[in-house]
Amino acid sequence: MTAPLLVFGWGNRSRGDDALGPLFVERLQVRAEGAGLAGLEFLDDYQLQVEHSLDLVGRDRVLFVDASRTCAAPFEVTPVHAARDLTFTTHAISPASVLQAYREIVGTEPPDCTLLAIRGGQFELGQPPGFDALEHLERALQWAMSWLTAAHAPKTGVLEVSNA
Amino acid sequence: MTFDLETAAIPQGLRRVAIDPVSRVEGHGKVTILLDEHHRVQQVRLHIVEFRGFEKFIEGRPYWEVPVMVQRLCGICPVSHQLAASKALDRVIGAQPVTRSAEKIRRLMHYGQVMQSHALHFFYLASPDLLFGFDSDVNLRNIVGVAQAHPDIAKKGILLRKFGQELIRITSGKRIHGTGSVPGGMNKHVSRADRELLRPQARQMIAWAQEGVDLVKKLHAQNPAVYDTFGSFRSNMLSLVRADGAMDLYDGVLRARDADGKVFLDGASDQDYLSLIEEEVRPWTYMKFPHLRNLGRERGWYRVGPLARVQNCDFIPSPLAEIERKEFVDYGRGAPVHATLAYHWARMIEVLHTTEVIETLLDDPDILDGALMSEGERRRSGVGVIEAPRGTLIHDYSVGDDDLVTKCNLIVSTTHNNQAMNEAVRSVAREYLDGHELTEGLLNRIEVAIRAFDPCLSCATHAIGQMPLDVTLIGPGGALIDHVLKSQDGEMLRSEGVAA
Repeated sequence: MTAPLLVFGWGNRSRGDDALGPLFVERLQVRAEGAGLAGLEFLDDYQLQVEHSLDLVGRDRVLFVDASRTCAAPFEVTPVHAARDLTFTTHAISPASVLQAYREIVGTEPPDCTLLAIRGGQFELGQPPGFDALEHLERALQWAMSWLTAAHAPKTGVLEVSNA
Repeated sequence: MTFDLETAAIPQGLRRVAIDPVSRVEGHGKVTILLDEHHRVQQVRLHIVEFRGFEKFIEGRPYWEVPVMVQRLCGICPVSHQLAASKALDRVIGAQPVTRSAEKIRRLMHYGQVMQSHALHFFYLASPDLLFGFDSDVNLRNIVGVAQAHPDIAKKGILLRKFGQELIRITSGKRIHGTGSVPGGMNKHVSRADRELLRPQARQMIAWAQEGVDLVKKLHAQNPAVYDTFGSFRSNMLSLVRADGAMDLYDGVLRARDADGKVFLDGASDQDYLSLIEEEVRPWTYMKFPHLRNLGRERGWYRVGPLARVQNCDFIPSPLAEIERKEFVDYGRGAPVHATLAYHWARMIEVLHTTEVIETLLDDPDILDGALMSEGERRRSGVGVIEAPRGTLIHDYSVGDDDLVTKCNLIVSTTHNNQAMNEAVRSVAREYLDGHELTEGLLNRIEVAIRAFDPCLSCATHAIGQMPLDVTLIGPGGALIDHVLKSQDGEMLRSEGVAA
């Protein structure tokens, strides 16, 4: 059975702060399981791509997680809406484009999606995540545990979404 | 001596145009064009940020970690690096050959990787240009535009890609960071449950791949004047082929044809690549220029990838793809097809071939059972060569008695195509830019030529907020004449106070 809540992070663990996405997924999974939270699935990949739209099928909520050069430290949380995002892509696309692909391919509206952008600063191959980035990661994990707990509470409305 | 349009005779006083970075390629590339006061092209160069530090990233690590570590070099074709490294390290531990089951599972993984990579490129990165035209509205010319105008094409592209990724998962153990292929063989079989999950879908994938070939043929037929000449240039072609001349993407011997189609290198062992290929450094770019040693830098450069492979082999060992190969060869009327846009046609023939091979392998009991590991006499070094989606990929390792990698040399597909991509850009610049003012459509033609090679510059860093396109014109005196940014949403933003 498809887990109703998906946490999806992306990035390259060997490129400095780009590891924040997959590290977040790995560490949040440990904490969530320790807290007995069920109904969750954790996925990560190198990059966000069109076929990931199919990973959203059957979900109630999705939390996207990526490193960001430009968000406010330590992290920012924003809703994601399907959009004709005209990104001049490399081989990766934006969360909004993934949702648009979902809409085009599945033919229904995508689930509620939230983007957690964690501030990073250096992305060189072979470098570990920086000290500041790991602090941002920890702050993001603390926020996410609260978010997940709220997501497990009876659904009374839209989850609050705000800047950290 | 230099190549035509590589270096201007008198670069001082020329106007400089920079396209930085090139969009819809993996990583970052930059094109600089020097124009004289009459807008005549005097110099064209494609600069690419090389895989700096990749070898250093690997050296000093235990050899058994390498097939996993190298997957992090590239977010697009990690499996190709994993398998090339595994093949090289098979030789280091004397596992030559690997077992029948191990080779077949690796092949299934590899053909799945090639299929999904090609599907992504054709349906998502190239199709906006091909379906809407190079001069179409920039707001339409992207995959979202394709999805809206041609939802069926977009959907098939996604499902082909998803199928390929599932093949990688069932063979490597995970969607990413797979550990299935190891020095000496494989560490797991395909489970019966996974085989039963994917086998029923294989026939549909073949049908969609055939439709993809038909689509690209139709595009060629509709506009042969463009498809036959755009970015065209003559070159040698290099690839692996099976010992009997068949297309083989996993293993084989090196073969090269000249621009007239004559085979001048054949049956060469991939272990001897260093005696065959020399990498030249040029001062204006990080990326090296490989060429065949015996022909020298001016005559020995070549192209790799689908266009080379489809024409280098004597036949494709799967029935539907072989029919398409023959039609492709016939299109050249006895001469090799050198058109840059024919890469897309050849790429889709390979997608068809990979789907046929995948169906056969999914029916093979050896992927479910049988010995997985072999070993033999230990050696100090080994070379692994594979036909990655973009072309020939070479991994070369030396390993010390302490099991640590002491030397690593990688020649990736995009590096092999360095001179070829430069030639394609020069061809387009000659035909479309010379004597004209710059427009977005003209700049896009440069990018279309580069994208045809599907260059993978392996910049898996993709933090949100990076500016994807930056175009700068600098006048004869070095003054900034024009500066255009393409924003994340595709909007062209011209710097204030700069004359257009």
